Amino acid sequence: MKDAANWALNVATLRGASYGDARIVSQRSRALSTKNGKVGSAADAESLGMSVRVIANGAWGFAASEDLSRSGVEATAARAVEVACASARVKQKDVQLAPEKPVIAEWTTPHAINPFSISVEQNIDLLLKVDSELRSIAGVTLAETNLNFHRDEQWFASSEGSDIHQTKYSTGAGYTAYAFAGNEIQKRSYPNSYGGQWQNKGYELIDELQLVQNARHIAEEAVALHHADRCPEGAFDIILDSSQLGLQIHESIGHPIELDRVLGMEANFAGTSFLTLDKLRTLRYGSDIVNVVADARQEHGPGLGTFGFDDEGVPAQCTPIITQGLFTGYLSSRETVHAIGENRSGGTLRAEGWNRLPIIRMTNISLLPGEKPLSLEQLIASTDRAIFMQTNRSWSIDDKRFNFQFGCEIGWEIKNGKRVRMLKNPSYSGITTEFWNSLDAICSRDEWTLWGTPNCGKGQPQQVMGTGHGAAPSRFRGIKVGSAYKGS
Amino acid sequence: MLTQERAADIFDRIRKFSRADEIEILISGGGFALTRFANNTIHQNVEDENHLLSVRTAFGGRTARASTNKFDEDSLRRVVAASEALAKVQHPDPDLLPMPDSREADGSADERLKATPSRHFAETAAITPQLRAEAVKQIVNVAGKHKLITAGIYSSSESVEGIFNSRGLSQWHTQTLAEVSVTMLGADSSGWQKANSPNVSNLDPLAMAETAARKAIDAAHPEEIPPGKYAVILEPSAALDIVGFMFWDYSGMAILDQRSFLTGRIGSQLFGENITIWDDVSHPLQTGSPFDGEGMRRLRVPLVEHGVVKRVVYARATAARMKKSGFKDKVGLVEPTGHGFPLPNEMGEMPLNIVFVAPQNTQSLEHMISCTERGVLVTRLWYIREVDPYEKIVTGMTRDGTFLIENGRLRGGVRNFRFNESLIHMLSHVEAMSVPVRACGEESFDMVVPAMKIRDFNFTEVTKF
Repeated sequence: MKDAANWALNVATLRGASYGDARIVSQRSRALSTKNGKVGSAADAESLGMSVRVIANGAWGFAASEDLSRSGVEATAARAVEVACASARVKQKDVQLAPEKPVIAEWTTPHAINPFSISVEQNIDLLLKVDSELRSIAGVTLAETNLNFHRDEQWFASSEGSDIHQTKYSTGAGYTAYAFAGNEIQKRSYPNSYGGQWQNKGYELIDELQLVQNARHIAEEAVALHHADRCPEGAFDIILDSSQLGLQIHESIGHPIELDRVLGMEANFAGTSFLTLDKLRTLRYGSDIVNVVADARQEHGPGLGTFGFDDEGVPAQCTPIITQGLFTGYLSSRETVHAIGENRSGGTLRAEGWNRLPIIRMTNISLLPGEKPLSLEQLIASTDRAIFMQTNRSWSIDDKRFNFQFGCEIGWEIKNGKRVRMLKNPSYSGITTEFWNSLDAICSRDEWTLWGTPNCGKGQPQQVMGTGHGAAPSRFRGIKVGSAYKGS
Repeated sequence: MLTQERAADIFDRIRKFSRADEIEILISGGGFALTRFANNTIHQNVEDENHLLSVRTAFGGRTARASTNKFDEDSLRRVVAASEALAKVQHPDPDLLPMPDSREADGSADERLKATPSRHFAETAAITPQLRAEAVKQIVNVAGKHKLITAGIYSSSESVEGIFNSRGLSQWHTQTLAEVSVTMLGADSSGWQKANSPNVSNLDPLAMAETAARKAIDAAHPEEIPPGKYAVILEPSAALDIVGFMFWDYSGMAILDQRSFLTGRIGSQLFGENITIWDDVSHPLQTGSPFDGEGMRRLRVPLVEHGVVKRVVYARATAARMKKSGFKDKVGLVEPTGHGFPLPNEMGEMPLNIVFVAPQNTQSLEHMISCTERGVLVTRLWYIREVDPYEKIVTGMTRDGTFLIENGRLRGGVRNFRFNESLIHMLSHVEAMSVPVRACGEESFDMVVPAMKIRDFNFTEVTKF
């Protein structure tokens, strides 16, 4: 692989590139699912290819191919330079990269059990056992389960001398019970909706999730929702569980801090950001207890945004994003970091695969837990009147990341420190900074979970990326509740 | 790019490696290029070439799939072995059917479908990075002329899709596609246009840039008006992005799973009488291959006629299951329609070639505006998600050109709205439609859809810009 990278970089340099990097990526995945007692899908996939990214005539070019023969690699590199020269026809200024010390390194996701070493039979048996538990509850009309494993091995080399071999593993699992009755479809998911929980870990994650043990309870809630009252409309205090808060962080903090969005580079598709450059170190993003980091380092945990190096060879870092409520940092790359007056990339450039250009992606964007011991039950006990919402059902936010609306699978009315009734169809909405400034309590570390979002879409062509979001259940004051059903 | 002959040769080689009762391969891929611009600069410019080979094997009632992008001997052996190993450990599925042969795959399609027009154009396949850069330069010049900033893409692709199985089925489709999307940004406003076509000569990037620029200029200094129920005119891209959220439900499997909003509603007057929708892969404005994930020819299916939901689409196995189910007498005609996804899968099938039929009295967008006393014109919708699966309430935002209409004229830009709107309600309150056109957005797949004027469209909140 090193030879192939060198062939590419030599040709790129000879053709006039002032900078070049090559990524050879080997990806392997396994996707297993069941539906109502039968295997829904059983698929293995592998993909191997190479991309070459260059700067020539001061502009970017990128080409990728499945052909790893010497002639194929050299043709790909030459094509990348040709594309860069075409880019140079429409430019305002030359691309400048922040300096980065070349690295020679090996890095692998720490994992106890290679997920591909577990037999397919064992995996399917587990899913069918969960399925059976879900459908043992009368009223469940559809049960879906899934297990997913990924292995991405990458060789990165640059014309500056970096040579990095990195292997990442990720594992995901979850399930959903649906109940259709009358004029309603209700559902409950575990441990999260839309694919469950995902982490950069081995098969040990599956045991930790206790999938079978939680299935009946989840199915019972799906059916019980049909008899629950509809969530009221109005201004309420709300408590969000950690998985819903993880998605709230993703949408209303993670995306707006992407510096490429801020600089207008995503304006045609993903959108821009309300976090214009004048907001840095001046905007009160949240209340004093809001501390958010973008942390790709191993010590933050096994999030989908954990790695050794990003896809332009910059080591994993921790960037303070919100510090005691003050907005303090963006997600940056070697090309964009100049815009905020800094001279080193935050290390967030990642690509979906070998044939996609790395772009700024969230790493692990996490709300740090409260410092004083506070369990979820203690938080509820200390709340006079509120609605507790669990597990995302719908999510939407505008293209500058101001106005959002989320729906959850289940809600609970809290009165005088106790859960008094189940509520169906809970939703809430608001404006990002008003929302984060209303946060007045965060549970402590033992309630904190590093959630994985495996399906974040961005870029043209669109790339899907996994991101991590640590969160503990938290309380927000005076939030607009129920507008999703307003007028219906 | 891979040819049909080479693909057939790969299939012949693969068959020799397999001991399965049946084997099928799907081949897809080709060349793709995209020039991306922002801040009046080309900032990303990519090309890639890739082909995917996906092998499905079946042993009795057990089946599974493995895929690779490597076509050397070892890789072909490995992908067959992986598929077989996965298949052998499955539990037998009593609903799994033998693979279709050519006669079954083509048998029920009418002659017109068998002659789906060519969607491969040499001029599109020959687009170079230089040509894309020249077009972008023209767009940037328009931005400069109007003192705006532009961002967008110009992409081109040439792709193949093929399926072969051990019962003699062989299907092959080639296609090109060129796509342009332009955003124009002012200080406090924006405008947007997007179009694509297999034939690049159908695209006019310069005209799109001028239209997007005009929207950005006209939307400047947006005023805030309160949320509420408005007469709303959705341009075709906005209409397709919102209605696209219901078509997953036009599936036999979705009915069997009781996850469709059509459960219990097929045959009823669900929408207004002016709504008629077909799935028609052979429509001249449509794209895509004329066969499904098993190689079955896609039939032309009437989904909605004058507001009454008539039928849903079916993969082969779903149709067989439906005929044995308690729903069979409540769902209209049940037959394989050639809309299945590659097996095995959980979702079954869905219609992907949606064509709205023009009502008798179509209106131009300009006429709709001129007939509106007070309303809102929407260029584009964004981040649409389902809120309620059975009432089919979806939420989302307006974007890149939202205008107040008063007394038949555009009065100016307004701040963007959040909507929470039931698609059942919406399609029951369509007051006027334009001639359907090929349109594309970002939230749903491309379709042939009109601009629509909706009565009492439900805006629930307004954002800050």
